[in-house]
Amino acid sequence: MVRNAFPDPALHCHDISPDIRPVPESSEIFDVSRFIGIDNYLFLFRDDRFLNAFKNTLYFTVLSVTLELLLGLSIAILLNRSFRMKGLMRAIVLIPWAIPTVVSAKMWEWIYNTDFGILNYLLGVKINWLGSPFWAINAAVFMDVWKTTPFVVILLTAGLQVIPKDLYQAARVDGAGRWDIFTRIVLPLLKPVILVVLIFRTLDAFRVFDAIYVLTGGGPANTTETLSIYAYKVLFQTLQFGYGSTLAVVVFLCTGGISIFYIRLLSKGVRL
Amino acid sequence: MRRTIFYLLIILLALYCAGPLLWQFITSLKLDTELTKLPPILPKAPTMDNYIAIFKENPFLRIILNSAIVAASTTTLSLILGSLCAFGLAKLRIGYKGLILGFILSVSMFPPIATVSPLYLIIRALGLRDTLFALIITYTTFSLPLAIWVLTNFFREIPDEIYLAARVDGCTPLQVFYKIMLPLAAPGIFATAILVFIFSWNEFLFALTFTSTVASRTIPVGIALFPGLHEVPWGDIAAASVVVTIPLIILIFVFQKRIIEGLTAGSIRG
Repeated sequence: MVRNAFPDPALHCHDISPDIRPVPESSEIFDVSRFIGIDNYLFLFRDDRFLNAFKNTLYFTVLSVTLELLLGLSIAILLNRSFRMKGLMRAIVLIPWAIPTVVSAKMWEWIYNTDFGILNYLLGVKINWLGSPFWAINAAVFMDVWKTTPFVVILLTAGLQVIPKDLYQAARVDGAGRWDIFTRIVLPLLKPVILVVLIFRTLDAFRVFDAIYVLTGGGPANTTETLSIYAYKVLFQTLQFGYGSTLAVVVFLCTGGISIFYIRLLSKGVRL
Repeated sequence: MRRTIFYLLIILLALYCAGPLLWQFITSLKLDTELTKLPPILPKAPTMDNYIAIFKENPFLRIILNSAIVAASTTTLSLILGSLCAFGLAKLRIGYKGLILGFILSVSMFPPIATVSPLYLIIRALGLRDTLFALIITYTTFSLPLAIWVLTNFFREIPDEIYLAARVDGCTPLQVFYKIMLPLAAPGIFATAILVFIFSWNEFLFALTFTSTVASRTIPVGIALFPGLHEVPWGDIAAASVVVTIPLIILIFVFQKRIIEGLTAGSIRG
């Protein structure tokens, strides 16, 4: 049956709470095999849920990577001077990076809680962060920014330390202001490191799975469902290995494209 | 004035990074009745009930033990295989080194979601479903590229003369490896070990897919599937989160320098 390969519309779950469960034991469906050519790939274009997941993934990737880079750069510059307890501060910055993604998703789910969450309490509002289609994806972005900015900070700090101190002094002697030093010296010299950060972060953000899967399960109304989550649900919850694999291949092709794009940028004379 | 602003920013940053974990810790000390009241932020009478509950009513100890076995075995295997491979790539005369390294690195480019279903079929066919071994070989496969990459960079920094001198003095390449290279690259090996350990301690997708019972469940899956009868047991989840995060917090506070070295060696020096 070709139709078996397509996702069941009933799968559009509208509840907020993530429905996470182990892979079911029954597995007869895996043994059903019939060659159907590129039918699964053609179905992608008619599958609104795929297009929705693609859009969500792009939104999540672009917004979170941009914010992480800006915030990471600010923090790296802030920490790039000598002060007491610098080592301690660096360890504290590493905390979000070291915490398991699942744990951080549960932590943030509790922080975002509408009635008893600390966020609503501190802001003095009563927003249903994970239940509203507008806020849910942004809440996921915010959590990801918290979790992965430390990685960006570490790489950028390493990049900043390579810049010779004399350069700053020479620029200051020549009358350059802080902003000039930042845009004309720091940024150009940091460019290769920034590119490396962008490669790692874009690839990771594009294939995001556990963070959002545990936080929202893809809901509400699939507004936070990314490609990896959709693929996972089709593969292991509805056990449609054919179409699920098609979705997984799409993720693979996209990340492959992203890496090639960045590697070409890197090799195109942006080296030091 | 400028100093004050600087330290104010530093404190803000510390709160931003550690705040959520701190809140989870405070939550873990509250009784269920206190969880649904805000303010007060701090519990009136801090309680250990949640911590006692997770160890009493759940197979939580089993889950922690599983994670420890998986992470420790993965780290050991990755270091043995990775250091040998990195030594060869950094010091021995073999052709197509760049190509080999590029090929190994390309493995880490694969998105997990694209590899999870074929791996699932293989693991099922081998009868390894719901075993710790399935997770150990999978994690070793996926952490090897990182391990080899970081270790190759560390081995390269050891001067070739040391290798050649030892060879002239009659060491076999393998002897040079374990008598001279390993001790010299100890910091790098240490950094790699921490990174691989944290990766295997935290991994979720493969663990969720390959395991079905507590016999082989690891911490991330255990926390995601935390049993709750009627309501989400936030106090218990908070206590469990704190318990599984403690080893990682100790790691980063003690080995902060090594971790940063490892991360930067893995992505920049090449």
